Order: sequence, then structure tokens, then C-alpha cells
Amino acid sequence: MGGKILLANIDIPGIRGFDVYRANGGYVSVEKALREMTPAQVGAEVTRSGLRGRGGAGFPTGLKWSFLDRKSDKPRYLVCNADESEPGTFKDRYLMHHLPHLLIEGLIISSYALGVNTCYIYIRGEFKYLVGILEKAIKEAHLNGFLGNRLLGTDFSLNIFAHPGAGAYICGEETALLESLEGKRGNPRIKPPFPAFKGLYGCPTVVNNVETLATVAPIISMGGEAYSKMGKGKSTGTKLISACGNINNPGVYEIELGLPVEEFIYAPEYCGGIANDKYLKAVIPGGSSVPILPADLILNTSKGERRLISYESLAEGDFETGSMLGSGGFIVYDEDACIVRNTWNLTHFYRHESCGQCSPCREGTGWMEKILYRIEHGKGRMQDIDLLVRVAKNIEGHTICPLGDAAAWPVASAIRHFRKEFEYHVEHPEEVKDIHHGSLKIETRSLMPESQTGIKYW
Amino acid sequence: MIKVTIDNILIEVEDGTTILQAARKIGGKVVPPAMCYYSKLKGSGGKCRTCLVKVSHCSTKDPRPMPKLVASCSTPVQDGMVVENLTSPEVIEARRGIVELLLLNHPLDCPVCDQAGECDLQDLSFGYGLEETATEEERREFPVTDIGDNIKLHMNRCILCYRCVYTADQITDKRLHGVLYRGDVSEIGTFIRNAITNDFSGNVIDVCPVGALTDKTFRFKSRVWFLKPMNAHRHCSKCSGKVSAWMFGNEIYRITGRKDQFGELEEFICNECRFEKKDVSDWMIEGPRHIRRQSVISANHYEKMKKQSIIKPIDGLMEPPD
Repeated sequence: MGGKILLANIDIPGIRGFDVYRANGGYVSVEKALREMTPAQVGAEVTRSGLRGRGGAGFPTGLKWSFLDRKSDKPRYLVCNADESEPGTFKDRYLMHHLPHLLIEGLIISSYALGVNTCYIYIRGEFKYLVGILEKAIKEAHLNGFLGNRLLGTDFSLNIFAHPGAGAYICGEETALLESLEGKRGNPRIKPPFPAFKGLYGCPTVVNNVETLATVAPIISMGGEAYSKMGKGKSTGTKLISACGNINNPGVYEIELGLPVEEFIYAPEYCGGIANDKYLKAVIPGGSSVPILPADLILNTSKGERRLISYESLAEGDFETGSMLGSGGFIVYDEDACIVRNTWNLTHFYRHESCGQCSPCREGTGWMEKILYRIEHGKGRMQDIDLLVRVAKNIEGHTICPLGDAAAWPVASAIRHFRKEFEYHVEHPEEVKDIHHGSLKIETRSLMPESQTGIKYW
Repeated sequence: MIKVTIDNILIEVEDGTTILQAARKIGGKVVPPAMCYYSKLKGSGGKCRTCLVKVSHCSTKDPRPMPKLVASCSTPVQDGMVVENLTSPEVIEARRGIVELLLLNHPLDCPVCDQAGECDLQDLSFGYGLEETATEEERREFPVTDIGDNIKLHMNRCILCYRCVYTADQITDKRLHGVLYRGDVSEIGTFIRNAITNDFSGNVIDVCPVGALTDKTFRFKSRVWFLKPMNAHRHCSKCSGKVSAWMFGNEIYRITGRKDQFGELEEFICNECRFEKKDVSDWMIEGPRHIRRQSVISANHYEKMKKQSIIKPIDGLMEPPD
């Protein structure tokens, strides 16, 4: 279902190199944008496409670009956020690894639209091997006249630099990324001022996700109008979903937004169903920071409609019964997965990755991890569950950057939907010491998707 | 000039003022507590989150409320803004939560802490702290270290407000002092075990809101409430020489900078004044400093004493008698 836009040519051998990429319609959109369109027209086309930020927040890209301070006489910067570190998300790595030129193409067009002459790709420290791939691609683009001074004979000049970080999750937050890029400690800045006015080196800056910027290239070649017709409602176009967990075919899939979650999980061309013929228990639909949803709520909304993979449908019911599309890290848990252990694992991650700048996040993430460690290892008390909810509430919304929210949501949602499992851990301390998985598997068996929808994909 | 309403009090402030500064202009109970913000240090603020307030009305142009509580120390005011501090139960609840988290790893060793009696965290927990702790986890521990000859660092007590880091960065010329590691194991350090020898390094003691950085020349000499702070000055080639001398009888126990009503230094003083001049003959004593009636330090001072009613109604917030 749905056409592929980003990953259409991914299977062509040698697509990573410039020549093969160019022969398969690469850099055509750059030529189109630079020769036939003005920067304002490119921006308008992106706005018309309805493209939304693919990094997690889903903010309309055209709107974000329009905030850029164009009156300032300082240089402007475009920063590509390739610090993809969210557990469960690996789409940007896949994209950069296989199609580095697609990203560079998107960067050139975006820089042209924004009037940027210097562009940085901030790559996560652990993805160091990608720096070589991207630098090779940048060099090839330079040699073929798509980067450098006065490219394609126009007045527009652009240089792209790939910059590896040191491997910190917090540097995916845009202001922490800018601090890190400036060579400082990667602490998020206090906003306002926003990067659109005071970003990198105090100059107006736009920070966008890899997938967002890569999508700009096909938008220009196919036209914003055509792109906006794909998808559903305000969730236009396609999205890369990195599926992992207990499924038959983990990997990165490009889907048209609006695809039913059930089809995505069970259809053979996507995840291909739950591994080992087990039942679905829960799904984290957008990377580890978004709320977890149990099987019945991920397949159908609380109103009884089918849940679709789109910004609106996944958020249906807010945090009570909904979640978020986030960055598209689709983590599937089967009946044997222990939610308490998973929540502890996620909290451990956030404790380790908190920058320690503001007090609720610094102290709260550590506290939640310690409590969950106790519950998981058979030393929990009943009041600990309510305490966790209270700590999560104390962190949420009180921090400088969204990491505090990201740490609080998984815990709050896990308790909201799987409170019985937490209670089971407290009540059976001896049992959970040895058996870590699926303490409550019998109850979740009733949540078979077929019984509710009558549609069978598997 | 911009009109702002804070807790139903209207005030006119200049453009670019933050909510906290506007509240300080009003003064009194309206002022949100600030553990990390320091008006004399550029870039400070926004970290401790105790000064969170609710903005129920953004501006005249945009009457929507702000979606989250905002840090009043770093949010600039807009014309027609309506801010709720003590009038909002949500803010009080959030602040209680923050104080609980701040105290989570604090050793609560006030009986042996030199800062006790003039500690911002003590005041804050008196106002917003819970009666009993909900945690049974072990508190994080660090060794006590010396940074320089005269400064002791108790990292256990630190709430990581970054004030000393900004002081070391902005007041002293050579920065050797920063935050190491991240998350809840981050610590203030002088990489690696350096001594701070700068002439103005002693100011980190005065900016510290808790007892993490203390004066080694005063350590365990006396409790602050037994001493009387006096305004004193001397001719100093490095700083203004205006200090407060903490005296017991005719003896000077310690020298600190002069702090204003919000606990901020009026002027930074040099190490020579602070650590070396402990003799009365070094100083011109001007007279006693005014101490807030709420402070325990004022216990030995009888100026402006009012008769207190014996039974004071306590409603929600515990307030020290005014």
C-alpha cells in the first residue's frame, strides 16, 4: 500500500555512490529548485506539502522555516539533527547509511530556501562510521558541482560539514545539539530565545531531523501539492517506521501515513506478525519516550475506531488512552514481555542520559529507576506504585527540555495501563526474582486483534 | 514600560524584565524562591525550577495561558501578562514536588553544616517541604574535597545550581571549575583536583545557596546565629573592601560579602579581605547590618521587635512570623 518516496531506489546496487544515484534521478530536484524556483517558492512548496517534523514533535516544517529571523544581518545556519539516539528508532541511520546523497540533496534545497551558506550534519557519536560515508558523499557532490561556491552557475554557495558528537542522547535536543556543536557541554539552553533567532554561535538557525530534510528533495521533484495528497488529513506523505521487538520482520519500513496499525503489525510485507506465534501484548508506537499502549488500545482507539499510524490517530484520546507518533520507533512486545522490566530498562536509560542541569529531571529519573529496580527485583511495596506516578507527575512539564517529559511518560503510561502487573510484582516477590517475563500473560490473551476487527492479515 | 500583574498586584516594569525581577520590584511574599538564579551572573537561572510560576494570560495581544509552568527567572514579561505565584495551587504543588526532589539526595546534615541558619534550601524546605521523606533509597555520596587552601567542597550537599560555575567563569579570569559527568552523578569539580588560587575565588562560597562550598577559615568555629553581622570596610587595592564582618564580642569570626534582601552579594570581594583579615584592627566597623526578622540570625537582635500573637493560624503554607 502506498508509494515509496524516500526508499524507492534503496535496492539498486551502488546507490550510495554518486554516479548510480545521479543515474537514477538523483539531484534532479536540486537542479529544478536552483534553476527554476526562487527560495520563497521552495519554502512555499514545503509549506504546501504539509510536511511535519519527523524527529518526534511533528511540528510543521514550513512553519518552522517561516520563523527564521531573516532580518538579521548575521549568517544563518541549517543544522541537520542526526543525533538519533531514541531507543527503538533507527530510521535515520538506515537512511544515511544507504542514501547519503538523498540527505545531501535535501540539505542543498533546504539551504537554498533558507538562504543558508553553511550547513552542519550533527551525527551521533556512536554512528561514527556514518561520518566517513557522508563525507565521501559530500566530496562527490563537491566534485560534481553540487556543493561549493556558485553551484550550478547560480549565485548560491553552500558548504556542508559532517560533525560527530560524543554520544549523548541529550544532544538530540536542538539547543543541546547547538551547544555541543559549538564545543561546549551539551546542556539544553533555556528558551526563549529560540534557535530561529539565536541559535548556533548566536545566529539564526534551523534545526531539522534527517528524515525531514531528506523528504524535501522528493517534495520539490514531485510538487508539494502531490505530496500533500498522500497520507491522511494533516499527516501528509510517508514516514519511515523502524519496527523492532517481538515481530517476524524487524526493519525500517516506509509507509504512507494513515496505514492501520493492525495491518502494519500483521501484514507480511511489513512486520509480518508476532514472532513465534505469540500474542500481541503492548506497543510503544513512536520511540521509547512516548506512552506505551496495550494491545486493545493500539489496534483500536477508545472510541472503537481503527488506530492508524498518523500523528492524529495515535494521539487520539490524549495520554489517557492514546500515545504519539514520535520519531517512528515502533517497539512491539509479545505476551511474554515483562512491562515492569521494560519500564525499568527505559528509566535506566533516561537516568543515564539526563544531563543533570535541572533538578526535577536529574533527581527524578534516578529516583524512578531506583524504585523500579526494587519492584522488578522483588523488593517493592504497594505504595511505591503510587509514588512512581507522583514522581513522574513532578517531573513532567517542569523541566528545561523535553527529556524530563520523555522520562516521565513511559512510567506513567505503563502504570496506567499495566497496573496489575506492577501489583503482581509487589505481591509475588519470590516469583518475579526468577521469572522476568510475562507475569500476567493469561489476562492479555483476550486481547486478540481478530476478535475485535474480524480482519485477518496473517 | 510594560504592565504586569503578579498575584493580583499590578506593576509597571521595563521591557525585557523577567517575571522574577518584576516580582522582586513588588517585594514581599510575591517573590518566587530562586535557588540558582543570580542577577549578577550572566546566564544563571532556569535550572533549579523552584521559581516556576503559572502564566494565566500571556499578553494583551495573545490572551491564551502558557501551556506549562514557566521558570520566572528566565521568562521575560509581556505587556498585559498575568502571573500567578502563591495564588495558584498548581504552582505550590509543583514547588513542593521540586523541593522534594532537591532534598532527595541532600544529606540533611544541617546540625553539622556551617551554612545552617543562612541556607536557602533550609528556608525553602521550611516553606514547601514535606513532613516526612518518601524515599528509602540510599543518598549519593561523594568524598569531601578541598578546592584551594580556603574552600571546602561538600558535594553531597550540592544542588547543582551552577552559580559557582558561573562565578568561576565570569568573576575569575582563569576557570578551573566546572561540572563533571552528567545526570544524577554529575558533580562540581576542578578537573582534576586542581586548587583554585584566583584572588576572587572565595566568592563561590557566598553565591552557594547551600553548604556545599564553605569557608575553611570559619569551619566549625561557630553557628551563624551566635554572631552579629557588622558592616565594615577597609582600603583594599583589589576590591571595594566593603564587607560584612561576623563578630562575636570583639572578635571577627568570618568575613563575607554584603548580601541584599534577596540573598545576593552587593559586591564581590577579594580573597585577601575574606580569608586573611580577621583582626578588628584591619577593619573600620560601621555598624550592625539589617537582618530580616524571618532569619534565625536575627534571634539575637532586638531591633523593630513586635509583639507576636501566641497562636498563629497555619493555613497551608507554613510562614515564619513577619
